[in-house]
Amino acid sequence: MSGPATTPSAARSLIGGDGHMPKQATWIAVGAAAVAVTALLLLLGIFAWGFFAVGTMIVASGGIYFWSRTVEDRRHAKDRVVTVSITSAFLLAMIPLVSLIWTVVSKGINRFDVAFFTETARGVIGEGGGAAHAIWGTVIITGIATLLSVPIGLMAAIYLNEYGGDSWLRRALTFFVDVMTGIPSIVAGLFAYALFEIFFGPGIRLGVMGSVALMVLMIPIVIRSSEEILKIVPNHLREASYALGTPKWKTITKVVLPTALAGLVTGIMLAIARIIGETAPLLVTTGVTDSMNIDPFDGRMQNLAVYAFNEYKNPGVPPEPSLDRAWTAVLVLILIVMILNLGARFVYRRYGTEIR
Amino acid sequence: MSSFDTTTNAGQILASASGGRRRAGDRIFSNLTVIAGLTILLLLAGVAIFLGGQAWPAITASASELPGGESLVNYVWPLLFGTLLAAALAVLIAVPLATAVALFISHIAPRRLAQPLGYLIDLLAAIPSICYGLWGIAVLGPATVPVTQWLADHVSWIPFFGGPASVTGRTMFTVAMVLALMILPIVSAVAREVFSQTPKRLQEGARALGATRWEVIRMTVLPFGKSALISGSMLGLGRALGETMAVAIILSGSGIISFNLISTSNPSTIAANIALQFPESSGLDVNVLIASGLVLFAITLVVNMGARAIIARTNIQ
Amino acid sequence: MEEERKEMMESSTQDRARREADAPVAPSLEPAPAPSPSGKGWGSHKLDNTAKTVEAKGVDLYYGDFHAVADVSMTIPPNKVTALVGSSGCGKTTFLRAINRMHELTPGAYATGVIEIDGQDIYARNVDPVEVRRLVGMVFQAPNPFPTMSIYENTAAGLNLNSSKVSKSEKDEVVERSLRGAHLWDEVKDRLDKPGSGLSGGQQQRLCIARAIAVEPEVLLMDEPCSALDPVATLAIEDLIQELKNNFTIAIVTHNMQQASRASDYTAFFNLEKSGDPGRLIEIGETTKIFSNPEKKETEDYVSGRFG
Repeated sequence: MSGPATTPSAARSLIGGDGHMPKQATWIAVGAAAVAVTALLLLLGIFAWGFFAVGTMIVASGGIYFWSRTVEDRRHAKDRVVTVSITSAFLLAMIPLVSLIWTVVSKGINRFDVAFFTETARGVIGEGGGAAHAIWGTVIITGIATLLSVPIGLMAAIYLNEYGGDSWLRRALTFFVDVMTGIPSIVAGLFAYALFEIFFGPGIRLGVMGSVALMVLMIPIVIRSSEEILKIVPNHLREASYALGTPKWKTITKVVLPTALAGLVTGIMLAIARIIGETAPLLVTTGVTDSMNIDPFDGRMQNLAVYAFNEYKNPGVPPEPSLDRAWTAVLVLILIVMILNLGARFVYRRYGTEIR
Repeated sequence: MSSFDTTTNAGQILASASGGRRRAGDRIFSNLTVIAGLTILLLLAGVAIFLGGQAWPAITASASELPGGESLVNYVWPLLFGTLLAAALAVLIAVPLATAVALFISHIAPRRLAQPLGYLIDLLAAIPSICYGLWGIAVLGPATVPVTQWLADHVSWIPFFGGPASVTGRTMFTVAMVLALMILPIVSAVAREVFSQTPKRLQEGARALGATRWEVIRMTVLPFGKSALISGSMLGLGRALGETMAVAIILSGSGIISFNLISTSNPSTIAANIALQFPESSGLDVNVLIASGLVLFAITLVVNMGARAIIARTNIQ
Repeated sequence: MEEERKEMMESSTQDRARREADAPVAPSLEPAPAPSPSGKGWGSHKLDNTAKTVEAKGVDLYYGDFHAVADVSMTIPPNKVTALVGSSGCGKTTFLRAINRMHELTPGAYATGVIEIDGQDIYARNVDPVEVRRLVGMVFQAPNPFPTMSIYENTAAGLNLNSSKVSKSEKDEVVERSLRGAHLWDEVKDRLDKPGSGLSGGQQQRLCIARAIAVEPEVLLMDEPCSALDPVATLAIEDLIQELKNNFTIAIVTHNMQQASRASDYTAFFNLEKSGDPGRLIEIGETTKIFSNPEKKETEDYVSGRFG
C-alpha cells in the first residue's frame, strides 16, 4: 500500500475517491448484514447467537469494505473496515459482561431476602436457609487478611519508595513482589495448608488459615498500589518539610502519608475487592461448613464464594433451592465487589485532589 | 578541614548531635519498614519451603504408592497439558479482542465515553472467578452446544473439533472462552495504557500527511504498543494458567491428553484438579496435589518473569 | 528544645531588630563553641537570635560521578541579601542547597569542604543535618504549601512537625507574627482554616515564606522564589525580602538580572567553562559594583548580555 501522501493525483476531490457515502453508511451495512446473516442461519437451520454475532460482524466488515471501495477508494475502505471490526470486537467482548450480570441478577434475586442474610444452611436440605454464616465468615476471614496485609504492605511500600535507595533489599523486594503477584491463588491456599499442617497435623481447617492464604495474595497488591501512590507524592513537599528541619520519619508520617491518604485508601479498597471473592484458596484452608462459626482459630469457616460453589456442587433435594442460594451468594459477592470498586473511585475523586 | 561523603539520605549519615530522641524515631521507623520488607521475603521463602517440604514425600514415593499406581510425572503431565492448552487457547482468543477493545477505547470511541468504558472493562477484572464459573456452566456452556454440534458435524476432520460434541457444553472450548474473558481486562489494560501514551506529535504528524484513522493506528500506535501487547499477553497467560474455579466448575475433565476441544472427555488442569480433589484427599494424595501445585507455581513464575522482563526492557527504551 | 523555642518565641521581631541594631555584624561575636566530642553538638546549645554569617571554604559538590560545583569559597554576610546569578547549570542552586544540607538528599550526592555558620562547620561529623535545616530555612522555586493542611497549619507546620508541645496560644502568636512578617496576614486572616492551595501563586509563595520564618531560622535561602509568579507578585516578594533582611541572612538564586540588581546587596556570579565542567564562583562583590564595574570579563559579558 502506498503511503498516504505519495499518491500523485492532480485533481483529487477532497472527499477521497470519486464519490461519497452517506453518513450512516456503517449502520446501514451492519443492519443489512444482520438481516442477511439471520436469513442465512435460519435457512441452514443452525441459528445460534454466537453464529449470529460473529457472522454479522464478518459480513458487515466485508460489506462496508466493498461498498467503500467502489464509492470511495481503497484507503478509506480499509479505514472503514477496521473501524467496524474494532467496534464490533468491542461489542462482542461486552456481550458476555451484560449476559453475566443479567444472569446473576435474574437468578440471584429469587433468594435475595431477609432469611438469606439471617439464617445459616445448618440442617437445610431443600428450601429455606441462608448464608449468614458465610457472610460472617467472609467478613472475618477477609478482615484478618486485611489487618495482616495492610501494615506489612504499606510499610514495605514506604521502604521501597522512601528508604530503599539502591540497596540489595530494595532490588530483591521489587523482584519478589513481582513473583508474588503471579502466585496462583490455589497455590497460596496450599501454602497456608502446608504451613498449618506442620503445627496442627493433617486435615486441619481453620478460618485464620484462609486469612493467611489471602494475605499472600493481598500483600503484593497493597505494595504495588501504595508504591504507585507514594511515587506521585511530589518530591517538593518532602523537601519543604526537610527544609523546616523535620526528621525523615515525621516527614513521611505527617506530610507524605496524609497527602497520599486518599490514594492509599483507594488501593486498599480495591485490594479487598480483589480477594473477597476468592474461592480456591479457601476451599483448601477453611473448608466447608453449614454452621455459624465466628472463631477463626477453631474449626471450619464458611465464605460466600465457597458457599456458592458448595451449593452448586452438592445441591440438596430437590436441587433448585440450593442453586438459587448459590446464585444469590454470587449476587451478594458481586454487589460487595461493585460497592468496593465504586467506593474506591469515589474516595479517590472526592479526597484525592492533593496529588492530582 | 572536614569532609564527608554519603550516598543516600540525611537521616542515615550522621550520628545524632542533639536530638537523640528524634533520631531514635528515625531509626525505629526505618527499621520497621525494613522489617516489613524482610517479612515479605520470608513469607515467599516460606511458600517455597513449605510447598517443597509437603511435595517431597510425593516426589520420593514409588509409583505403586501414588494414586492410580502411576509415577508422579505420569500423573502431573496430562494435567499440565490441559493447563497449557486451556491457557494458550484463552490467550489466542483474548489478545485480538483485547487489542480491539483497547484501540476502541483509546482511539475510536467518543472521548466522552472513553473513561466510563474503561471502568466497564476494569469491572470485568473485578468479578470473582466463581461468578464466571457459574455463568460459564449455566449460560455459555449450553450456548456453545449448537456451535460445537455444527463443528463436529461438518469440520470434524480438524483435530480440535473431532467430536462427538458434548451436549452440556462442559468442554475445553467453553473453558477457553471463559478464561479469555477473564484475562481480557488484564491484557487490554496494559495495551490501553500504552496506546493512549502514543506521542500526540507522531499521531498528528501522520494525520497531517493525510493518513486515515487506521493508517495512524497502524503507523504510530501499533508499533508503539507492540511490546506492551506481548507483555500484557504473558501476564494474561500467567493468570489463565493459575485460574482455578472457573475451570473446576465448567470443565468435565479426566486425566487424558487430547486436543479435542468439544467432546465430553477433556484434559483437566492442575489448579482445577487440586480444587476438586483436595477436600476429599488425605495422606500421600495431599502430597501429590501439593507437588502438582509446585509445578504450577514454577510455570507461572517463568511466564510472569518473562512478562516483567519485557516490560522492563520497554521502559528503558 | 522546647525551652529554647519558648525563649525564641518570647523575643518578638521588634526585640530582635532592636538588639541587632546594637550588635550589627556577626563575625565579631564570640565564636560558637566547637561541637564537643561527647556527641553533644551545637543543636543543644542556645542559639543566638541574630542573623549569622555563612562562610564557604573550598566547597566541592558532586552528584555521584558528576562534579557539579568546584572550589567555592565565599562569605554571605548577615542582614544582607546576597544574590547568586549565572547561567543555567552553573551550580548556583546546587550550592544554595548545600548551605542547609539539602544537597545530600539527592541520591548519590555528596559534598566536600567546609561551610561554616558563625564559625561552626555544618558538615562536621557530629552535626545533625536536621538541626542545620532548622537554622537555615528555604523557600523553593514553585510555591509548595502542604496540600493537606490549612493556611494556619501550613504556617505552623514547622512547629507541629518538630515539637508537639507548643500551646495553642503560642502557636496562634507565631502564626500571626509569621504571616504578618510575610505580608500575608491581612489577606488571609479571615480564612486561616482554608486550604493553602486555594491561594493565588504569589500568596502561596508568601505563605511558604511565612512557613519558613515561623521556625525562626537565622539564614533564609531562596531558590528563584519568583520564577513562577507574575510581575506584581514578584514585586511584592521583593519588597518583602528587603524587610526580611533586617532579621535574616538571605541568599537568593535568581535568573532575573533586574531582580538581582533591585533586591540584593551582594552578587555572586557563577559560571562554567563548558557543559560537563563543574560550575565555579567567578566573582563576588557589592551588587552595584558587579553590575557597573566587574573585575572579570566573564562577569561583564554575562551581566551586560543579560542586563543590557
